[in-house]
Amino acid sequence: MSANPIRVDLQLIADMVEPGGRALDVGCGDGSLLAYLVNFKRVDARGMELSQAGVNACVANGLSVIQGDADTDLGDYPDDAFDYVILSQTLQATREPRAVLKQMLRVGKRAIVSFPNFAHWQVRLRLVFGGRMPETPSLPFKWYDTPNIHLCSIDDFRALCRDMGVRVERAVVLNRNSRRIHMPPLLANLFGEQAVFMLRRD
Amino acid sequence: MSVLEDLTEAERKALAQCRHAVLGVDRPLRLDCGVELGPYRVAYQTYGQLDADKSNAVLICHPLTCDQFVGESHPVTGKEGWWDSLVGPGKVLDPARYFIICINVLGHCMGTTGPSARDPDSNQPWNLRFPVVTIGDMVRAQAALLDHLGIPDLFCVIGGSMGGMQVLEWAATYPRRVFSAVPIACAEHHSAQNIAFHEVGRQAIMADPDWKGGDYRLHGTNPSRGLAVARMTAHITYLSEQALQRKFGRSLQNRDALGFGFDADFQVESYLRHQGSTFVDRFDANSYLYITRAMDYFDLARAHGGVLANAFKGSPTRFCLVSFTSDWLFPTRESREIVHALNAAAANVSFVEVETDKGHDAFLLDEPEMFRTLSGFLQGAAHARGLTGGLK
Repeated sequence: MSANPIRVDLQLIADMVEPGGRALDVGCGDGSLLAYLVNFKRVDARGMELSQAGVNACVANGLSVIQGDADTDLGDYPDDAFDYVILSQTLQATREPRAVLKQMLRVGKRAIVSFPNFAHWQVRLRLVFGGRMPETPSLPFKWYDTPNIHLCSIDDFRALCRDMGVRVERAVVLNRNSRRIHMPPLLANLFGEQAVFMLRRD
Repeated sequence: MSVLEDLTEAERKALAQCRHAVLGVDRPLRLDCGVELGPYRVAYQTYGQLDADKSNAVLICHPLTCDQFVGESHPVTGKEGWWDSLVGPGKVLDPARYFIICINVLGHCMGTTGPSARDPDSNQPWNLRFPVVTIGDMVRAQAALLDHLGIPDLFCVIGGSMGGMQVLEWAATYPRRVFSAVPIACAEHHSAQNIAFHEVGRQAIMADPDWKGGDYRLHGTNPSRGLAVARMTAHITYLSEQALQRKFGRSLQNRDALGFGFDADFQVESYLRHQGSTFVDRFDANSYLYITRAMDYFDLARAHGGVLANAFKGSPTRFCLVSFTSDWLFPTRESREIVHALNAAAANVSFVEVETDKGHDAFLLDEPEMFRTLSGFLQGAAHARGLTGGLK
């Protein structure tokens, strides 16, 4: 099995996962995070992916993946089935992010969520001064064909966690060069292009 | 002790080309219907070698009309092995790496005890007095053979259609003996529509005057017309409408114009007649009744309190399900139900739907996407089990 480097945000997520546990990657895409967790962290890692072509490619690579939808199919799993349920760059594309988060924290002891920050300064500039819907490297779509129907800012996400009574165990913010930034929340919400949160039920 | 019977020509040829064992001498097999069967014979074929720590055994469960000759030319028909595309040197199931076993199921007609054997109590042929067997009975007989062979567990149990039902039964009944399970193009119960098609086939056999209430061999007859019609009906369900259209359309058979009669004017008629007439040379009519019945009776959820997930609770097995888009006999929806149940049991499961127009039969055909899936899944499973022998 190869040791190809994985995307920075996926590496961050992988670093949050303790070796040897059980993880479910919801929206696992091409399975690169799954493969990393299986090969380097000895994790019993499973995946769920919306696209059948993506699923077939993952299974052909020896990964345990099924076709499924974050909005509808997490309900199948029993409580506490996994140590971690991971949702990377997918929350904003779900129909009911709050319900998905709730399911993730029911099925998993912890949830790890990464998402693009809609309050990043580039996004703000483009909307305020350009007068157009933002298109950035992490949000590359036109307004009419974007899968991202529930975008939020880092502060929005924190507010949702408070509202749901979910404890934020870790929060990592990355700038546009995918470097970690250490700033007070107000600035992080301005300079962070994406964020990775590790959550658990309180 | 031997099994009393009058072997058919097909059985004689089959037994001459495969391995077999007589089981149930001391401890008969308790069937789901309550009858204790024994002694009984199990005919099977193997390919490759069992490794030193007995960790590379793969059990292939055959579908309704196939048998133990999975990877070699058939002793009766001379045709290539029914899963030649999957089994053989350089193939997904390579005998250089795996010890491959394929067992003729109970009630069948290629050497394993079925309705053509004799009842040891009466010394008369069983025929229709043979007890009705279930998928569970078939699997328990297979497990008894593995005990006999000293094989503690299986690296993989794989099969399509009725073979897939056996895979599910294996995983539910012997979870600790099944490291990985690959049920292909199957369901956890036979649907009303599938039972209906089977019933048409059975009625065709029983309506043949040569069937003689199942005692045709005593009368020196064979209900080959009824069995051929059963096969023709079933064969339609194995194909898809698109595949029939693509292969035959409305093309005429060896003629330029309609014959205004009831010969096989259309190619599709000729094809089905051929399927029917070649089938009767290798298959026994009573066995057809018994095996189709076993499939009809299969209902794994019902056997586990009505909740399918209960069948897989705490299962350590790695599952990989495969379905085909144009399979209307065992549609993707039914595989998905199994996936949902496996998720509810938090089992390790992969599920691939393969896009094809070839219908249910696709699992027996050259489907590169299926091969890629199975190859990847088995590599992953082998990696998880630390199985490295024979790796190229």
